[in-house]
Amino acid sequence: MIPLTWFIALSAVLFMIGVSGVLLRRNIIIVLMSIELMLNSVNINLVAFSYYLGNLRGQIFSVFTIAVAAAEVAVALGILIALVRNRKTFNTDEIDTMRG
Amino acid sequence: MEQLFFCIFAGAAVGSALAVVTLRNPVHSALCLMICFFQIAGLFILLRSPFLAVAQVFIYVGAVMVLFLFVVLLLDVRKVTMEAVPVRNRGVALAVIGVVTVELLVLILGSGFPSAHMGSAGMVTIEAIGRSLFTTYLFPFEVVSVVLLVAMVGAIVMTRERHD
Repeated sequence: MIPLTWFIALSAVLFMIGVSGVLLRRNIIIVLMSIELMLNSVNINLVAFSYYLGNLRGQIFSVFTIAVAAAEVAVALGILIALVRNRKTFNTDEIDTMRG
Repeated sequence: MEQLFFCIFAGAAVGSALAVVTLRNPVHSALCLMICFFQIAGLFILLRSPFLAVAQVFIYVGAVMVLFLFVVLLLDVRKVTMEAVPVRNRGVALAVIGVVTVELLVLILGSGFPSAHMGSAGMVTIEAIGRSLFTTYLFPFEVVSVVLLVAMVGAIVMTRERHD
């Protein structure tokens, strides 16, 4: 049998890889993909706990997480298309109109 | 035997996640993320939830990543040059991420989580999930459908050509 701690450790490692992608990359598309990676790591955590506690709530929660993440990706890519159409760049450092 | 499969899926997931974050070409990153999602679907099968595994493959690999690839296709990514993260900031960020990762792993692997072996739990059936979604969690289910409608309308409104 697989110990529960292995799943939680894997979820933590994937989450930190996603965080490093958001913090260290300047390409907007890579940043959005790293956010999806973080959401998936949370899903692994939820389903692992659902299995080990014999409860169904974790899986229902992750169904909702998947649905909301899909909606968020649609909106984020819409924003990305509108932004690139105006600014002609993918680099997050050059999108600084709102910087004080 | 299950531990062997877990190690294969987990190793492939971590490897492809690192590839997503480090590769230069966004198309390569998107394909590696698809591989990562397939490994996560395999992990869901190991956790006796086939519905979630198939939903993960359909929604994440089949819809979300295809959407990413369409966006990368529509917008010209050939002009993306080498990104310039200042070396000083990159070092600080890497150090902080490394410290937090080590701390998380120490706390998780050293904790006294009771490794409850729910080996007797069978496959979670779609009937159980459906029954739960439509009785106990009916309100969040309806709210999520409204969220999806709003996201759809918002994405269409934002990508429309302005006629003013």
